Amino acid sequence: MRRVFARDALAQALLPCIGVVLLLALWYLASYVRVVDPVLLPSPVAMMTALWRGMTAGSLAHDFLRTVERTTVAMLVAAVIAVPLGILLGSSERLYRSVEFVIDFFRSTPASAVFPLFLVIFGVGDKTKIYVASFGASLVILFNVAYGVMNARKTRLLAAKVMGASRLRVLTDVMLMESLPQTFVGLRNGVSLALVIVVVAEMFIGSVDGLGHAVFDAQQMFEMPDMYASIFAAGALGYGLNLLFLLVEKRVVHWSGK
Amino acid sequence: MPDGAAHVTIRGLAKRFQDAVVYEGFDFDIPRGRFVSVFGPNGCGKSTLINMIAGLVPTDRGEILLGGKSVKDTNFGYVFQNYRDALFPWLRAFDNIEYPLKLRHIPQAQRRARVERLVARLGVTIDLRRYPYELSGGQQQLVSIMRALVVEPEVLFLDEPFSALDYEMTLFMRDQLQRLFLETATTMVLVSHDLEEAVYLADHVLLLSRRPARIADYVDVPQPRPRSAATLSDPEFVRVKGHCLEVFQRAVRGP
Ligand SMILES: Nc1ncnc2c1ncn2[C@@H]1O[C@H](COP(=O)(O)OP(=O)(O)OP(=O)(O)O)[C@@H](O)[C@H]1O
Ligand SMILES: [Mg+2]
Repeated sequence: MRRVFARDALAQALLPCIGVVLLLALWYLASYVRVVDPVLLPSPVAMMTALWRGMTAGSLAHDFLRTVERTTVAMLVAAVIAVPLGILLGSSERLYRSVEFVIDFFRSTPASAVFPLFLVIFGVGDKTKIYVASFGASLVILFNVAYGVMNARKTRLLAAKVMGASRLRVLTDVMLMESLPQTFVGLRNGVSLALVIVVVAEMFIGSVDGLGHAVFDAQQMFEMPDMYASIFAAGALGYGLNLLFLLVEKRVVHWSGK
Repeated sequence: MPDGAAHVTIRGLAKRFQDAVVYEGFDFDIPRGRFVSVFGPNGCGKSTLINMIAGLVPTDRGEILLGGKSVKDTNFGYVFQNYRDALFPWLRAFDNIEYPLKLRHIPQAQRRARVERLVARLGVTIDLRRYPYELSGGQQQLVSIMRALVVEPEVLFLDEPFSALDYEMTLFMRDQLQRLFLETATTMVLVSHDLEEAVYLADHVLLLSRRPARIADYVDVPQPRPRSAATLSDPEFVRVKGHCLEVFQRAVRGP
């Protein structure tokens, strides 16, 4: 009986690996039988070698860290603006309704459309890349925080009120905590968006480093293994950031969904 | 003030929601140190009544005093039907219970002492380091009752506190509540939709009519305490319950 359980657990753990192995096998096969020009699609081994070289000896590690840095700063700026503002707007439904259209409008505007505007204001340096990402992420965060606060359970607010909590205490002790699960949804969506914007900005807006730059550069030089390595690094970063937020969320909002 | 003298006095109470008149010229006294159950048809205004006494819902007209004071100056407890929504899931059970003391700026050492005293007095065996969602429904409701009691309230309001629990747990919780009542002699007002429960726990049953709610009857339950399962089949208890049911059916049918 025990053995069966152990085997089941192992099978469960290995299940997600199947897709990865399948993809690698297909890729390897495709490059081996040359269905695609090997210059366009190098083998996974070539990609991994390029990744290793780039991360240890080449500039990929530096590019990776620069993208992490820009995304982090963009998220910090976005959170510092959007979380307090979201709480403020959410604490009064009438206030939120009065600006809802504006928020929804800009939330639906592709953030990339404001690049030229930000370029005029902040120039071609890092500021534009970071602030456009902050702009996009902050609207997503704002929207989620405000809804989290607005959807705080009425009974919980009443319970605090009935115990004698002032309006401020209700806000800090109950509404804020109630909004946390939704706030994390906003942060996770926000960081994904921020990464997208940062990488795009690194490709086209006078960049000398960053993963976007690395991808674009490798493509320009026709260094296909390097390009795939950079794409892979960007994917790993996005996945890692999402995972990080999920783990933090699980610890902080331990009561969510229970 | 002696037990049994009016604790909560309601005079000329009026309340309407849009065009639904819930109360009109309603007078009632709740005696100190007694257990009063409120029973009546669905939507007749039972919750509205205790919510108005507790200051959660504004009155249209009339005066409600608790021991001669307004509710704002009164130490009272309120237990919600939906314990899951009423407790704070981000706080451990212990911290939930001490939260109202925190609001009163009582230092931590004293807060701990008071919660521990309450726990000892009630003989509660729940592991209070757990989070509410790690407890059973009955345990959660017990925690929320303790949260209401920790401030040593003059009055405790309970709005259908056991209706989300299964039958076995309900029976157990009734006896817990009876113990609390005997232990603390707090004035208690219970809204219940279970007539047996209402009568079993009460010194007096307030029977309300359909909207606009009037006092259909105010019935004494003279059974000695502590009451137990045997009480339920006691002829006198059965008679009182039967009488309440009769009044209730007349009240539902209307004049
Ligand atoms: N906020 C509100 N807005 C409009 N009508 C309300 C509101 N609260 C209560 N009512 C109405 O007032 C009446 C009394 O409501 P109340 O909740 O006090 O009844 P109740 O006796 O507690 O009913 P139940 O047995 O369903 O718990 C009902 O008809 C209800 O529809
Ligand atoms: Mg009700």
